[in-house]
Amino acid sequence: MHEENDDILEQVTSSEYKYGFVTDIEADEAPRGLSEDTVRFISAKKNEPAWMLAYRLKAYKHWLTMEEPKWPNVEYPPINYQDIIYYSAPKQKIAPDSLDDIDPELRKTFEKLGISLNEQKRLSGVAVDAVIDSVSVATTFKEELSKVGVIFCSMSEAIQEHPELIQKYLGSVVPATDNYFTALNSAVFSDGSFCFIPKGVRCPMELSTYFRINAANTGQFERTLIVAEDEAYVSYLEGCTAPMRDENQLHAAVVEIVAMEKAEVKYSTVQNWYPGDKEGKGGIFNFVTKRGICSGAHAKISWTQVETGSSITWKYPSVILKGDYSIGEFYSVAVTNNFQQADTGTKMIHLGKNTKSRIVSKGISAGKSQNSYRGLVSVAKNAGNARNFSQCDSLLLGDKCGAHTFPYIEVKNNTAVVEHEATTSKIGEDQIFYCNQRGIDTETAVALIVNGFAKEVMNQLPMEFAVEAQKLLAISLEGSVG
Amino acid sequence: MLKINNLQASIEEKEILKGINLDIKPGEIHAIMGPNGSGKSTLASVLAGRADYEVTEGTVEFMGKDLLELSPEDRAKEGLFLAFQYPVEIPGVSTTNFIKSAVNEKRKYLGLEPLDAAQFLRNMKEKMKLVEIDQSLLSRSLNEGFSGGEKKRNEIFQMAMLDPKLAILDETDSGLDIDALRIVANGVNQLRTKDNAFLVVTHYQRLLDYIVPDFVHVLYKGRIVRSGTKELAKELEVKGYDFIKAEVDQEMA
Repeated sequence: MHEENDDILEQVTSSEYKYGFVTDIEADEAPRGLSEDTVRFISAKKNEPAWMLAYRLKAYKHWLTMEEPKWPNVEYPPINYQDIIYYSAPKQKIAPDSLDDIDPELRKTFEKLGISLNEQKRLSGVAVDAVIDSVSVATTFKEELSKVGVIFCSMSEAIQEHPELIQKYLGSVVPATDNYFTALNSAVFSDGSFCFIPKGVRCPMELSTYFRINAANTGQFERTLIVAEDEAYVSYLEGCTAPMRDENQLHAAVVEIVAMEKAEVKYSTVQNWYPGDKEGKGGIFNFVTKRGICSGAHAKISWTQVETGSSITWKYPSVILKGDYSIGEFYSVAVTNNFQQADTGTKMIHLGKNTKSRIVSKGISAGKSQNSYRGLVSVAKNAGNARNFSQCDSLLLGDKCGAHTFPYIEVKNNTAVVEHEATTSKIGEDQIFYCNQRGIDTETAVALIVNGFAKEVMNQLPMEFAVEAQKLLAISLEGSVG
Repeated sequence: MLKINNLQASIEEKEILKGINLDIKPGEIHAIMGPNGSGKSTLASVLAGRADYEVTEGTVEFMGKDLLELSPEDRAKEGLFLAFQYPVEIPGVSTTNFIKSAVNEKRKYLGLEPLDAAQFLRNMKEKMKLVEIDQSLLSRSLNEGFSGGEKKRNEIFQMAMLDPKLAILDETDSGLDIDALRIVANGVNQLRTKDNAFLVVTHYQRLLDYIVPDFVHVLYKGRIVRSGTKELAKELEVKGYDFIKAEVDQEMA
């Protein structure tokens, strides 16, 4: 029985990636490799002002002095930074006036992904800033947003149109020198999204961006900045799929969030980049730095992530709780299958008084994958009455995968209350048999059990994403059942 | 409906069932009784298709099909239901959601459209009354934190929702107080029709006061050693299993 069930689990968990296809669009690429010239090339391509080039060069020079971090619980072959193309833009008229101006190949790609912009536009009320290979090609709902003073545009555009805001906030939460990958990103980031919600404004719609990695061997270095002024509110969604590739692709994004007094920012991610094949070949290296600061009192930042893709994930969405009574939340589902490796978690840095944080992490490991939760809860000396609750649950499918938990707690104020709960469980053969006996096949049973396990996090997702994410969990773990 | 012929099964090389013969017709209630370790629960598990057991000999025909050739989920969809002795907990999945998946999988198998939410709900409300189960219980994670009685009532509720042709109740009475026992039995009796059948596996005669069987079989050492009517159950209640054990052991010697 044990062996047989493990076989079934193995079959169930070794399914093919469903979004593997390549769009044939002529690319406008930077020469391979990274040098000061590459940085200048990117900046020149984008007609950037001098201050932006200076920012990039400074980051590049700092990067040269740094070393790649080795502490995450992941293993991968050395990355040759000189063998990467750092800039690639689809050859077409940038910033089209309407969706009709978009390259039909590109439109087809969106349709395969099930994110037809036409449909998005008509049905969902979600503004989409679609990024394919680092350049924004479509932005919708901009007008409606601008009526209430919300700025939602590509980073390139923001650098041109809102230099004062970019200069003020870019790098204010994640400095270029923060770590190896942020320095790299700050030097060569190609595009990304900028979102600004002015004081007292509740953003009238969910903001959403779809990232895609397209041309072969192109590193993707996204840069996202969200600023919510006093009493502003925004819910931001980021979702990804990527075409199948044999070569490993490096992705090092940076996301910064600033939430001022009584502001609230909800940031949701569904990440489904190519995880590599069943033998562990190919797949995306995803080294992301995401951080938000609750700069004012009563501010709230909430990260929700569903991570099913990438061969390697290295990601710790964090909140600096500077304002008194501010709140930080982190809800995460991380699925690893086959040879995927994930080292993910969060940092909650309590600086202000009466600050609260909540961490709910659900790790699901299958195949021969390794899934680690790494989290830091830090309470500073002056952060009186800080509260943290952490819940880290791991679910194992089969017996060849691993789940690890690395919780770090640093408390320097004795009024703090910090709680940590952790569980590890396996999908039991008796659970599967129970489902079978009710007429539910093993594949569906696994999806049902996994979604039940991840429910607390899935409930945090906006409605239209929750359904998609539920399907994704099932797809990530599905296969032919014998 | 169900024809078991010389069924032999073992677990980890250990022979548990040593040749079971049993014929169940529509509208009948059969009770399987016997001392601990006689193979009662094994029989229920083998019929439902639990993979721990290996069938070494014999045939089982269910609704004209070779039951042993069917996967556990197909057996279920053909109309075989097992009320578990130890119902399993599935955190985060509500009973409502679970049973909805089960009902619609079965409908798909039978070539029917899935039930829409309103139909399903109507159906559910009706069946909830049968086992006096509360809506709030069905909204909770399946069996998680349920009392023994709640779990067993939930099994019967699921049975009612799935409307099986043959329901096997595996020691459904164990761990039940008299009120819960009455509710469970009452549910079963109301679900009884001339077209379906029940196989009630129990250690005690007590349940059979409420669910009155047409036939009683005594299982001992992997064989049905006595068959009779409900009077046999009464006799066992009075004399215990020892007198049968003694008789059978003597016959075999």
